[in-house]
Amino acid sequence: MGGKRMVAMLLAGGEGKRLGVLTKDLAKPAVHFGGKYRIIDFTLSNCAHSGIDTVGVLTQYQPLVLNGYLGIGSPWGLDRRDGGMAILPPYMKQKGGMWYKGTANAIYQNMGFIDRFDPEYVLVISGDHIYKMDYELMLQKHEERGADVTIACIEVDWKEASRFGIMHVDDEGWITDFEEKPKVPSSNLASMGIYIFSWSVLQKYLIQDEANRLSGNDFGKDVIPAMLQDNVKLNSYTFNGYWKDVGTLESLWEANMDLLSDEPALDLNDSSWRIYSVNPNRPAQFIAPGAVINDSLITEGSIVEGQVNRSVLFHGVDVGEGSLIQESVIMPNVRIGKDVKIYRTIIGEGTIIADGVTLGSPESKSVAVIGNDEYIATSQSLQEVE
Amino acid sequence: MNTNVLGVINLIHESDELESLTAGRCLATVPFGARYRLIDFTLSSMVNSGISKVAVFAHTKYRSLMDHLGSGKHWDLHHRQSGLFMLPPITDDVNEVQRGDLFHFYQHRDYFTRSSMDYVVITRSHMVCNIDFAPIIAQHKESRADITVICKEQSELMHGKARKVQVNADGRITAMQDHYGRMTGDLVSMEMYVMRKELLLELVETSLAQGQDHLVRHAIMSRLDVLNIQSYMYEGYLGVVNTVSSYYQNSMQLLNPGVWRNLFNEPGPIYTKVKDEPPARYTTGAQTSNSIIANGCIIEGTVENSILFRGVHVRKGAVVRNSIVMQNGDIGENSNVNCVILDKDVSIVEGRELRGAELSPFLAMKRKVI
Repeated sequence: MGGKRMVAMLLAGGEGKRLGVLTKDLAKPAVHFGGKYRIIDFTLSNCAHSGIDTVGVLTQYQPLVLNGYLGIGSPWGLDRRDGGMAILPPYMKQKGGMWYKGTANAIYQNMGFIDRFDPEYVLVISGDHIYKMDYELMLQKHEERGADVTIACIEVDWKEASRFGIMHVDDEGWITDFEEKPKVPSSNLASMGIYIFSWSVLQKYLIQDEANRLSGNDFGKDVIPAMLQDNVKLNSYTFNGYWKDVGTLESLWEANMDLLSDEPALDLNDSSWRIYSVNPNRPAQFIAPGAVINDSLITEGSIVEGQVNRSVLFHGVDVGEGSLIQESVIMPNVRIGKDVKIYRTIIGEGTIIADGVTLGSPESKSVAVIGNDEYIATSQSLQEVE
Repeated sequence: MNTNVLGVINLIHESDELESLTAGRCLATVPFGARYRLIDFTLSSMVNSGISKVAVFAHTKYRSLMDHLGSGKHWDLHHRQSGLFMLPPITDDVNEVQRGDLFHFYQHRDYFTRSSMDYVVITRSHMVCNIDFAPIIAQHKESRADITVICKEQSELMHGKARKVQVNADGRITAMQDHYGRMTGDLVSMEMYVMRKELLLELVETSLAQGQDHLVRHAIMSRLDVLNIQSYMYEGYLGVVNTVSSYYQNSMQLLNPGVWRNLFNEPGPIYTKVKDEPPARYTTGAQTSNSIIANGCIIEGTVENSILFRGVHVRKGAVVRNSIVMQNGDIGENSNVNCVILDKDVSIVEGRELRGAELSPFLAMKRKVI
């Protein structure tokens, strides 16, 4: 058998500093999202639906929860005889070892892994975005255009453009300029952090980048600009669907709320593009007499006796009688007592909210957060984020 | 750990009066409790009790059973040290398929002799409960009984059919009668038997030689005098599900939060084949009360006192009351259903009204469009 057509390398070592207490003990890709998922499920499900059967998951920051969650990759069809999922933390080599210095260095350190499959192409993706995308279509474009590199891009809000890698493309879609997180963006075409490289080209640049002591060993900051300078054929691939970077509490909350409209931009019920995850296997949810639920997502194992408006409840959440949950995200196994009021708050896994507590207020404009496994006995207008 | 116990789920001639619910499937795979199949309860109970090898004596209409159980991985039975064994009838003569369980046990006797386990727990699939077999096996060993039968004091069977038993002061079973017998008393057999494997094999051979075909009706019930058959009283929730009426009424029992918690979670969780359904989605204006809703449902209308399986869509203006809607049911706009059981993939078209009665719910066949 010849080599694999394409191997995916999934960057999952992000610390997710801006998610505050939610990433105290776990990496950003392992943060809960959308009622039953973790953020990384979206990327892995994309791989599954794009026919990718070899995925290296690069971990570094707080990997224990993530490792346990991923297992051998069965939920995403990645428990394969040839290829499948491999978890790739930094490791010792004969000449010593070191942490992943940057995104490019993480791939550089695992060139041996990629070479074992002798692929034509390498897909580099990250585990902190919410979107549904067929990488196979992107690869077809890459081949059709005879590109060396294809970068997926999307038009973002001008206000947000400075958070992303911003690019300029010519009339034919070739990338002419690329700037990582510019202070004053000159375009609103953002890189989605999804790259397809012809492996031989990437290999050359990874080695070159590693030799450059001044480099930050990052794709957006170093490798792509170096390629641009050398006139490597950098193609853009415009994506029109829903895509959300959930790097901040505000955007994580927004992305959860985006799932609630009657015609959500990202349809979780689409049977042709199921989002796979480790299923909690809990009994179906119990909606008690007197419960009122509007515009919400609720997951198995939950018991709702109170009122839930425009909120996302993960598995095993109890909402006691007389309680009101509004515009909030309640992560797994949270127990909410009686007569509790919660407004615009993200509550971490396993937290207990005692009877009668009020969190936030109906006027709250910004999103508050409570960490995992806390016990909240007194009302508070929570410290507001951002 | 009960590493010395072999689980046997006996589906041979399981009494079944579930009408169209078992037209295309065996009783063991009748959907129950919004996301489970009947067999999940006994299978999960075995696994949670530390039984790691389980044989399923499939009998008829077992395609759905094979599909559901697969490799056994959802019950953690797919490991080197564990196993789920599907044992369908072995016979050249189709008439022999209809013979009793003793015949089929005999045909598969190699399975028993090859196993190193000393004890067997034999159950059926229609006794819906969450039970820990460990203390029962312990009692069995301690009491030096030949056979231990798990029993339950239950006066209200909600039209389910179960054998009656009588016990003496020492807990020994003195009488046992099929459900149509005249025996009085509130004690029923849960059709769960613990015995040494050697005894089972002996009963199989001697009974068959005497022209007997059925384990309980013949081999056990005719030996109440010669064998020391003890009872074990089970205290938890039990639903005997083998008629349409008992199916409906036991399903409605799940709306009691105490039953919900006990049956699905205690002493261990009930496992089933998982599906990648998203969380249930409730839109603006949805009204839901006293109901069990599985993942993947979309609720735009009104749902009361009902059980919705995975992927059911209740459209705008639709009203579902006192009903059970199985997987992927589609309740059309402004339709109204009350006291119905809708099998998988049933669609109710816009504006239609459908009404059963609590004592005889309307039952719609799989894939029907109404």
